[in-house]
This record gives sequence, structure tokens and C-alpha cells, in this order.
Amino acid sequence: MFRYTKLTALREVLIWVVTLIWLLPFYFLIVTAFKGDQEALTTSAVAPPKSLDFNAFIQVLTATGRNNIPLSILNSVIITAGAILGLVLFGSIAAYVITRRTRTWTNLTFYLVLIAIILPAQLGTVPLYIGARSVGLTGNAIGMILLWIGILLPLSVFLYASFFRGLTTEYEEAAVIDGASPTQAFFRVVLPLMAPATGTVAILAGLIVWNDFFNSLIFLGGSTTQTLPVAMYTYVGGLVSAWNKIFAVVIISMVPILLFYMFAQKKFIQGFAGGLKG
Amino acid sequence: MTVTIEQDATRTLTVPPEARRTPRPRGRRPLISYGHWWWALPAIVLVIGVHYAATLTGGFFAFTNWTGLGDWQFIGFDNFVRIFKDPTLLGSVWNTLFLAFGTVIVTNVIGLGFALAINRTLKTRYVLRTLLFLPVVLSPLAVAYIWKFIFQFNGPLNGFFVLIGLPDLQKVWLADPTWSIWAILVTVVWQQTGFVMVIYLAGLASVPVEIEEAAALDGANIWQRFRHVTVPAIRPSIAIATTLGIIQGLRIFDQIFALTGGGPAGATETLATQVYKQAFSLGQFGFGSALALVLTLIILVFAIIQQYATRDRDAVGRA
Repeated sequence: MFRYTKLTALREVLIWVVTLIWLLPFYFLIVTAFKGDQEALTTSAVAPPKSLDFNAFIQVLTATGRNNIPLSILNSVIITAGAILGLVLFGSIAAYVITRRTRTWTNLTFYLVLIAIILPAQLGTVPLYIGARSVGLTGNAIGMILLWIGILLPLSVFLYASFFRGLTTEYEEAAVIDGASPTQAFFRVVLPLMAPATGTVAILAGLIVWNDFFNSLIFLGGSTTQTLPVAMYTYVGGLVSAWNKIFAVVIISMVPILLFYMFAQKKFIQGFAGGLKG
Repeated sequence: MTVTIEQDATRTLTVPPEARRTPRPRGRRPLISYGHWWWALPAIVLVIGVHYAATLTGGFFAFTNWTGLGDWQFIGFDNFVRIFKDPTLLGSVWNTLFLAFGTVIVTNVIGLGFALAINRTLKTRYVLRTLLFLPVVLSPLAVAYIWKFIFQFNGPLNGFFVLIGLPDLQKVWLADPTWSIWAILVTVVWQQTGFVMVIYLAGLASVPVEIEEAAALDGANIWQRFRHVTVPAIRPSIAIATTLGIIQGLRIFDQIFALTGGGPAGATETLATQVYKQAFSLGQFGFGSALALVLTLIILVFAIIQQYATRDRDAVGRA
């Protein structure tokens, strides 16, 4: 019935036109970043660069002090990786115990986690900042990693719990009967089977942590341990309509996530469609 | 290590064989131990500390005049009276709601349009889906800078108006008190539409082709098929997309900070930007907490609606 007709072909072309217009901002971004200082100010936004000028990128990557972009990339990588690691480890073991052991306290813990997902984070930010400041956890990566693990653990536990519920207990029972300890059964048998859950947790959490500006601004602002968005914000704030440089920073900030997206786009989209609503 | 294994193995082997076949009753000790109870401890401590203790403390701060240093007093509802008497702050409440509902309405209309357009039959639908989803994964700050360029006076948007012969429509978009909030709306919509589209694509996957074909054979036109076959099937998607969108929309911060910083003259301030400014720039922790409490209550209302609306989670397929 719904076959590929001439009309469908027309529709396909039409949608491509709409999509290309929708993605036009990327075109401006790329052409402007490769223009020289003068050219970026004087030529039209639509005009392609006369010749590829990498100066904007070189200047952005060699800026020092609080505008040190490579250092902020390193900070972002450390914080994101640390948070993902913690969320996978603590989230999976907690969810495992909560779903597999059916006691009153595990049920209560699960509700504790569920309510924490709904609880908006805004109100907690001020006390968390004061608490972190008083124990020296602001302005460094360890504090930020702990904060993120705390913020995103409910999501991680919830996602793992729904995956564990769908996994039969026979694998780990067989492992334990064969002589594995609970720790071995979990880390050698159960966790490897949970690769899809780990992928979803890592992608969702990684994206939230990597792109975050608000929490990084509050907990790391003014320190040398800036993440990429905060460094981008301070750097761009110091530039006046030097759009080639601004866009060079923007492109540099996008490269890691875009590479990751191209590599795992299907997983990304599934994680979003399925993961967020459990 | 080896000792533990043997202990466990022995315990497992001493279980009487008939007990193994009976299903484990709830609450009774299981045959094998599924992990150790203390595995849940780090998560419980962090969740209580970061979510519950912090939120409760913040709720308490909202009724004080604490500045983050030194003494503080319990001042009751004074902070809230101040919020609702200050036109800028009251305006920020309206801006928050405007942006939340505005983004939800526009992203859902465009997102559903995209989803319907690329749903079936198109040969390149996966490429289109990947491309249209792309803005979702980028940092809101980076997206905001691209749009800041588009909205500047010499930017592509004004250039476009000149090109189509309507030079009178040119504006300094981000410095215009009327239009700056619309510019933020456009930026947020552009970034989030792909996400909404994917939710709808997931929902559309659950629409049975046979029913749609049957309706088409019975002479239902495209609008009737949409109205009576598609919409009922994607109702759970609509609930998820709208409520998630409102909750996200209420906390918009990055884009405003990058595009206007709350200006011109407070025209684009929202509760989220005000919380930051009052608490962290001006050091008014008590007052900032009161603003956060107002925002929290608004979010909570919609979050509860969302939980209610999406309880029927199984009805939605995966993308």
C-alpha cells in the first residue's frame, strides 16, 4: 500500500531541502571559523572563506592563563570520565542489590531513588556549594566528580534496575554454584551482560556532564580546573565580535562530542528515546 | 579470596535439594546471595546527601537572610514577599513560564512534523534522523554562540530580510526588549526539536501499518488517518514529550547567559538566571534559595504531572 512512488521521491527531496535549511547554522559556523580576522568582520556570513585560514584555531589553542582551552579539555575529560566510572560502578552494584534482594529496605531504597529523580536539583545547589566549599571540594576535579556522581546516581540506579529486572537470575546462580563469590558472579558474569545498560548510562551521563555549564560555573568558576564550557564562556566574553575565534572555540568544543556521536549515533538516539523514560 | 569461594560453595551445596526447586518466597533468605547488602551503601549515602539533605537545607535557607558568611536570621516569608513585589523578579517568573511553554509548543509541532515526514518509506530516513538529532548532543552554550552570530545586527538573519526586500524588519534582535526572548526561544527550539522528533518516531513505530492501510482503503484522507489512527497511538509520546519539555524548559539557563545575560534591562531574566545572580554573584544565599524554592515548586508540579502521564510506559515502543 505505502510504496515508494514519484510523490514519495518528491517528498524526500523536499524534506532534504528543509533539513539543509534547518542545519544552516552549522554552515555559518564552519565558514566563519576559517576566515581571517578582517575577512570575518567584512564579508557576508554566507560567503565561503577566500582561503582556509587556520589562525583562529591556532590562537584559540595557544591562549594561556584562564583561556587555556587544551587544559580545559583535559579537565572536562577527567571529570566526565571520573563521573561515568563512578556512576557505572556505584549505580550498577546498588541497583543489583536493590533489585535482586527483595527486602523491605531494598524497596524503600528504590523509592528513595525514584523520588530523587523527580526532585529538582535547583534548591540543593546553594547548600551543596556551601558544603563543598567548607570541605575544600570546590575548584577541583574530585569535588566535581563526586557532585556529578551524586546528582546522576538516581538515573544510573534506575536504568540499571530496569535492565536487571529483565535479566534472568540463572546466569549468576550457575556461577555461584560453580564456586564464584557474589563479587565474582557480579563482576565476571552479570556486569558484562549489562553492556547495553552501561552504554545507556555512560552516554546519557557523559553527555550531561560534558555539556554542563551551570554546575561547572558554580563549583569550578574562577579556578584553574575549568571545564570546557566555562572556559569557552570566559574566553568568548573577552572577545568582541571576533567571530572567527569564537567559532573556532565552539568548533573545538564540539569535536569530541561529534566524533563520539558519529561513532555511536544509533546508540545515542536509542539511549535518549528509551533511556530517559526508562 | 579462595577462602570466601569455598565458604560460599559449601553453603550452596548444603542447601537441601528439594528447597532448590521451590520458588523463593519474598523476604526470605535467598538460596544464593545476590551481592552484598553494603553494595548499596555508597549510592544511598550520596543520594541522601546530594538530593535530600541538600534540598531540605536549601528549603530552610529560603526562609533566612543568610549571605553565606557570618550570622543569619530566620525571616519567615519576607523573601517571597520581596520576590512578588519586585517587577523584575515577577517578570522572570513569567519569562520562565513563557520559555517553557513556548519551547514545548513549538518543538512539539515541528518535531512531530519532522517525525511524520521521515517516518516511513523514505530511503534516507536514518540519515535524516541522525542529522536532525545532531543539535541535541551539542552543548547549549555552543549552540547559543552560533545563534548569537545569526541574531547580531550584521548577521545572516538581518541579511536575509534585506535579501527578500523587507529591510524594515532588521533589528538588533538580542538588544531589543520585545524580541530578545523570542531569539532565545528560537535557539532553544532549534536545539531541542530533534529530541522531540525521536520521541515521536518511537511512538510512530507503534502505529500498526495494517490499521492505517485499512483506513486508507476505506477512504479516509490523510488528515482523518492522522486524527483517528496516528494521534491515539502516539498519545503516550505526546505526554512524555510535552512534560519532559516543560521540565527542561523551566530550567533554561545556558542559552540566556550566553545570548543576553538576562538583558536588555532584565527582559530575558528567568528564575534560573536570577538564582545564579542572587546567590552566587551577589552572595544572597537566603534570597537565592527562596527563588530556587519558587522554581522548584513550579518544576515539581509539572514533574508530578509527568509521572502521572507517563505511568503507562510500556505503551511506548523504542526507536
